[in-house]
Amino acid sequence: MTHDPQRTVITPPGRLNMPAWGEVWAAREVAVRLAQRDIIVRYRQTIFGITWVILQPLVTAGIFTIVFGQIAGLSTGDTPTFVFTLAGMLAWNLFNGSLGRASSSLVGNQSLVQKVFFPRLLVPLSSLAGVVLDFAIGLVLAIVLMIVFGINPGWPVLLLPVWVVLILMIGMGVGLAAAAYMVKYRDVGYVLPWLVQVLMYGSPVAYSLSEVPESLRWIFDINPVTWFLETFRWSLLGTAAPPAWQVVALVVAAPVIFLLGAIVFQKNEREFADYI
Amino acid sequence: MTDREQPAIRVAGLGKTYRLGAFGDRPSTAAAAAVQWIRSTGRAKYTLFDALDDISFDVPKGEALGIVGRNGAGKSTLLKLLTRVTAPTRGRIELNGRVGSLLEVGTGFHPELTGKENIYLNGAILGMTRKEIQRRYDEIVAFSGIEKFLATPVKRYSSGMYVRLAFSVAAHLETEILAIDEVLAVGDAEFQRRSLAKMRDAAKHGRTVLYVSHQLQTVQALCSSAILLDRGKLVYSGTVDGTLEAYRNSFESFALAQSNPKNRPGTGAVRLSSVSMDDEFLKSSDDIVVNFEAPKAKNLIGSYFVSAHINNDQGTIVAQCDSRLVGKWFDPSEPQKGRLVIRDLWLKPGQYTVDVYACQAGVLDAWEGAWRFEVLPDLPYPEFTEPSATQNGIVFTNFDYEGAAQ
Repeated sequence: MTHDPQRTVITPPGRLNMPAWGEVWAAREVAVRLAQRDIIVRYRQTIFGITWVILQPLVTAGIFTIVFGQIAGLSTGDTPTFVFTLAGMLAWNLFNGSLGRASSSLVGNQSLVQKVFFPRLLVPLSSLAGVVLDFAIGLVLAIVLMIVFGINPGWPVLLLPVWVVLILMIGMGVGLAAAAYMVKYRDVGYVLPWLVQVLMYGSPVAYSLSEVPESLRWIFDINPVTWFLETFRWSLLGTAAPPAWQVVALVVAAPVIFLLGAIVFQKNEREFADYI
Repeated sequence: MTDREQPAIRVAGLGKTYRLGAFGDRPSTAAAAAVQWIRSTGRAKYTLFDALDDISFDVPKGEALGIVGRNGAGKSTLLKLLTRVTAPTRGRIELNGRVGSLLEVGTGFHPELTGKENIYLNGAILGMTRKEIQRRYDEIVAFSGIEKFLATPVKRYSSGMYVRLAFSVAAHLETEILAIDEVLAVGDAEFQRRSLAKMRDAAKHGRTVLYVSHQLQTVQALCSSAILLDRGKLVYSGTVDGTLEAYRNSFESFALAQSNPKNRPGTGAVRLSSVSMDDEFLKSSDDIVVNFEAPKAKNLIGSYFVSAHINNDQGTIVAQCDSRLVGKWFDPSEPQKGRLVIRDLWLKPGQYTVDVYACQAGVLDAWEGAWRFEVLPDLPYPEFTEPSATQNGIVFTNFDYEGAAQ
């Protein structure tokens, strides 16, 4: 399919389509408005409005602190358990949120997909806005707590935006592929949350890697979630840096996962309206 | 720019094939589903259905093209292909200019958002840039006539207000090509008139309009040329009058095809075996009597109802007679012989068709064009006068004037 503003040629879809980035950019207004809609709708007709965004990570981090720190007695190194867990939750929620929202975005906007044309990629991309907003508010909370506890992360904190983008890329990459398949098979919507939950318990969100028995350590080492959790906490809280190979692997894997997700998505894009 | 001579739309050899499940009935238990799945592995699990096949036509710039055809002829599929909502299976479409579509009014409206927020959202979805929306914002608001409610969530709107706002956004699309699917049938008469004028304006200002409709009179009012689709094929393209003529003539072949139950939509749990009237000619004031028969249906549980439509030659449904309204249901365990008597419907002279539907929770059998009759041109009124006394309205009615000098 070629495209310029004046002339469009439509032919049957080929086997492999790359996203038409130019077209996506030209229609970016759609993503902006959809993102705006999602955020407005989320807190309209709620009494506490934005308070919910602050409350959610605090309560979850609190529960994890009690369960993993107090009851299970797992250590979080030198960092206070609550701050450690909150930072882990922030990174995890970036991944989990972008994956979850992207994967269900097409089915959630069914009527749009059936009735009007615009680059479909904009639908999952727009779903990122809410995730990023939640993250920003959670980050402010974390910074306040760090000041209270006197934690100084040092210079690595400057790399934090890079890790945020990489985590979003991983979540979005998997989310795009999941969204494309959920159009045909709603089973994806049932299996995915369950898989993600298993993944969370198998990742050092609320406990330190040093608590993991040696015999299981290799599973954690090859888990990309470990890579970004450790890297994220190193940047934000100044905990021990992960092995260099994990940081390199993260930098390489994230764009690759995103691109693969985009290709899977694009391969199915033109059939969405027929199957949804 | 060499596109002065180029058509706005060029369609060549266009086809769209859908895959349908090969099995008519869905398994109702998990065990049955598993058995079916095992049996079907390695075999083609679907049959193919050509919604459109080998369609070719050109639309010159500034033309208003009507797309006419019966239900299931492929009109909406064609529009979806032209607006890129779905991809073709074969062939090629060239579009010279941006395409805006009004496939359904209010697509993308969110009930929780205010009128203003929805204008921006809907505008973007329909393909307007932010600048375009801002420039035309005041016009959109003025056209919709709901200035006072812009800060109210649209879920609190009346359905009329909702439709007016949605149409106003869509009507201000500035694309070179505009695709419209039956949206004019919304709103009150005054709003319809303004909408129609707006559409006509679009064509007058050199934009290309594609218009899909059942309503032949709006096609006549709006379009400068037309094409006729029949079961996925292009059977006529040319002037509006020629197309409408071909559409009316196509009834014979359509009715013949529909008389075979295999060609009819519906689940097929019941198939009507015959629909007939005593005569093909009626007078306006006669009762309309439709007889129908349905054989025993073994696989259907619970009774079903019958609904009949009387359509005029413009495609307008003049009357719907649903047996539920008079408390009549039919038992599928017995062969049924039914009779519909319509009293006090005075049809105007002309050609009419009868559609009969058998339904339960869904449509079991949809027999469109089951019968055709003609109403003879003698007036049901006691006096004879000039034609202007009867030219308006779609039916005659049994009326009287009373009154005396005071």
